[in-house]
Amino acid sequence: MALLKSNKVIYCLGNISPSLGVLSTRNSSWWGGLQMGPPDPILGVSEAFKKDSNPKKMNLGVGAYRDDQGKPFVLSCVRKAEVIISSKQMDKEYLGIGGLGEFTKSCAQLAFGNDAEVLKSGRHITVQTISGTGSLRIGGNFLSRFHGGPRDVYLPKPSWGNHTPIFKDAGMQLKGYRYYDPSTCGFDFTGALDDISKIPEQSVIMLHACAHNPTGVDPRPEQWKEISDIVKKRNLLVFFDMAYQGFASGDIDRDAWAVRYFVEQGHNILLSQSFAKNMGLYGERVGGFTVVCKDAEEAKRVESQLKILIRPIYSNPPMNGARIAATILNTPDLYTVWLGEVKEMAERIIRMREELTAGLKKEGSSKNWQHVIDQIGMFCFTGLKPEQVERLTKEFSVYMTKDGRISMAGVTSGNVGYLAQGIHAVTK
Amino acid sequence: MSIFGEVPQAPPVAVFKLSADFREDSHPQKVNLGVGAYRTDECLPWVLPVVKKVEKLIVEDSSLNHEYLPILGLPEFRSASSKVALGDDCAAIKDNRVGGVQALGGTGALRIGAEFLRRWYNGVNNTATPVYVSAPTWENHNSVFADAGFKDIRPYHYWDAANRGLDLAGLLDDLEKAPEHSIFVLHACAHNPTGTDPTQEEWKKIAEIMKRRNLFVFFDSAYQGFASGSLDKDAWAIRYFVSEGFELFVAQSFSKNFGLYNERVGNLTIVAQDGENLTRILSQMEKIVRTTWSNPPSQGARIVSKTLNCPELFAEWKGNVKTMADRVLLMRDQLKAKLQALNTPGTWEHITQQIGMFSFTGLNPKQVEFMIKERHVFLMASGRINMCGLTSSNIDYVAQSIHDAVTKVQ
Repeated sequence: MALLKSNKVIYCLGNISPSLGVLSTRNSSWWGGLQMGPPDPILGVSEAFKKDSNPKKMNLGVGAYRDDQGKPFVLSCVRKAEVIISSKQMDKEYLGIGGLGEFTKSCAQLAFGNDAEVLKSGRHITVQTISGTGSLRIGGNFLSRFHGGPRDVYLPKPSWGNHTPIFKDAGMQLKGYRYYDPSTCGFDFTGALDDISKIPEQSVIMLHACAHNPTGVDPRPEQWKEISDIVKKRNLLVFFDMAYQGFASGDIDRDAWAVRYFVEQGHNILLSQSFAKNMGLYGERVGGFTVVCKDAEEAKRVESQLKILIRPIYSNPPMNGARIAATILNTPDLYTVWLGEVKEMAERIIRMREELTAGLKKEGSSKNWQHVIDQIGMFCFTGLKPEQVERLTKEFSVYMTKDGRISMAGVTSGNVGYLAQGIHAVTK
Repeated sequence: MSIFGEVPQAPPVAVFKLSADFREDSHPQKVNLGVGAYRTDECLPWVLPVVKKVEKLIVEDSSLNHEYLPILGLPEFRSASSKVALGDDCAAIKDNRVGGVQALGGTGALRIGAEFLRRWYNGVNNTATPVYVSAPTWENHNSVFADAGFKDIRPYHYWDAANRGLDLAGLLDDLEKAPEHSIFVLHACAHNPTGTDPTQEEWKKIAEIMKRRNLFVFFDSAYQGFASGSLDKDAWAIRYFVSEGFELFVAQSFSKNFGLYNERVGNLTIVAQDGENLTRILSQMEKIVRTTWSNPPSQGARIVSKTLNCPELFAEWKGNVKTMADRVLLMRDQLKAKLQALNTPGTWEHITQQIGMFSFTGLNPKQVEFMIKERHVFLMASGRINMCGLTSSNIDYVAQSIHDAVTKVQ
């Protein structure tokens, strides 16, 4: 508003002195009143890390896997797939709006299991998306446009930081249900059930399929069963976010158990999948969005509307990553290699959890660090408070998000001792 | 009772439906003049030789990984892309007031730009700012701005059907009458779907009014190099506006000029008044990108970046682009010649006057229906044809079909 006013003043001056007026309006920018946006809380950590010159610095911010030398890991099944693809010399024609068919088919199979009824009956639609973020955003846009129920999406407290702005920008509103218990660094099961039992009918509830981000705290199967019951009673629309299938336990079927159980129990879920972590395809942006429908006819209608949503965002998705993923999922030899490499990544993380806990004990910490081992997946919710995190960053050059979350993937046998030192120093 | 029981079936996107119908047609002489992708004279997709070369380098480079790109994309890609549009000696680049946001194709660049404008332009979250798109325009322009939240999307006069050319008077009149601060989506070259571009003198007139009336310039540049065969010539309008001091956006696509359709390579070039403004703009762009796709795909950007930043590869690329542009120009010449030889009623000068991939033939919907149903020549209901679908093998059949449509169907 202020900018417009000043333009008017300058234009009036311009009537007195024409050249002054035109020059002055050109000299004032459209964007003069625009504020600087705050840095992204997660990706901003990496930016800060890059600027630090301390040789012992550790980046435990963003969830990208590192090997035991702290280096990015390109899976050998990915390299093999790339060679195969390169030899085929395929064209670069546009994919359909819904993406690569071989990819979306195997993406759904991976989530639901090859023999799932929901696949055989055709009562689902899976579209290729721009990794997990793109999938969630399409889901949010779809809900905003077509969901007749309340505008509210219920997230676990806490949830991935980007969930909130994604759903907000899609036009939904955010609420929360109890999830993490800071006193145990574990799952607040009774709190969750209590809150979920009060959610208004037909609201959307977001569940992390496995390896909850940021806490690493997952419900046990018996607990999932009770959650399913109460969600069914409340007639809630379930939206699963599965970004770590295989990465949590090392077993893709085990990690998809909750998703499959819910579908069997009759929940017609929405599902976001990412292949960023479990195939190491981060920058290729490979993901899927699935809507489980009443029947195949409904799935066709939903598909047509998803395309209408997608087209004005990016027209059709990128080929490269989806082609790699499809090749791996559909080539038995490569699929076997992939399962082994996912297991390897998951197991290294589990080992680091054990070593960190042992290291803290060795430093003489009197605190209970059992949650470091009990939590699962890439992240560990250390329980560190913001002031302690700040000290850890300033004094030890250990970079992590303010909520006390560390990416275990950034921990190596070479630096786990240093990390234990630092954590002990700020918590003793 | 399903939650989605009431979701209606949406109509298919017209241009993709056309391709689907074409695929299902079994007529031996069928021709697809629909979707805008380049074809060789054998009517095959063409992966540019320079692209094949660079892809091989990428696959063989074991030092490359698949880590996340920064939110705004690959830095070398962004700067090289903006440079291609604005020119090597662009003063605005030297002044550090040009930035780029890597995006998913031209569509993605338009959408990010539209989201930004809706949030931060002409006030905060001012969804009432009028957005003007040409009549006709690429149909997705409407959806991009509507889905970004703009409530008032209007046409500006552009195509003069009677004279098969630019309705300059109508266009200039719309510029004069548009509310101040309205956003105008301009096609940098090779207007889609008409193939009709303003001349340099006409662009100057457009710029003069836009500056005087404080209208926002949003260029859509999907065919740089593809139109005339010359990158510089095709970027003339953009560069003129920048030299005239406009703060503007350019949505760039590398789908056609690099043949990288399915890798989704685009860039939103931002020309700001100064570096400080640019910094704040980019920080807000990051917020928008983060909730849309977090960070962009790396493969296509790597290919384009390597090519643009290496003098030899850059030269090779320019040659590949000229090859495509030259074939299109040849087909234009030949189609016009054949229609004239057949004495097809009407004037056909517009076929060679128009530029780029598309030609607005002037065929009406009934004639188009005839072409598709009776002759199995597939084109858009608007009468738009993709020149790339023409080959030395099918051009006689297409010319004859157009002749039949014009003479048999009114």
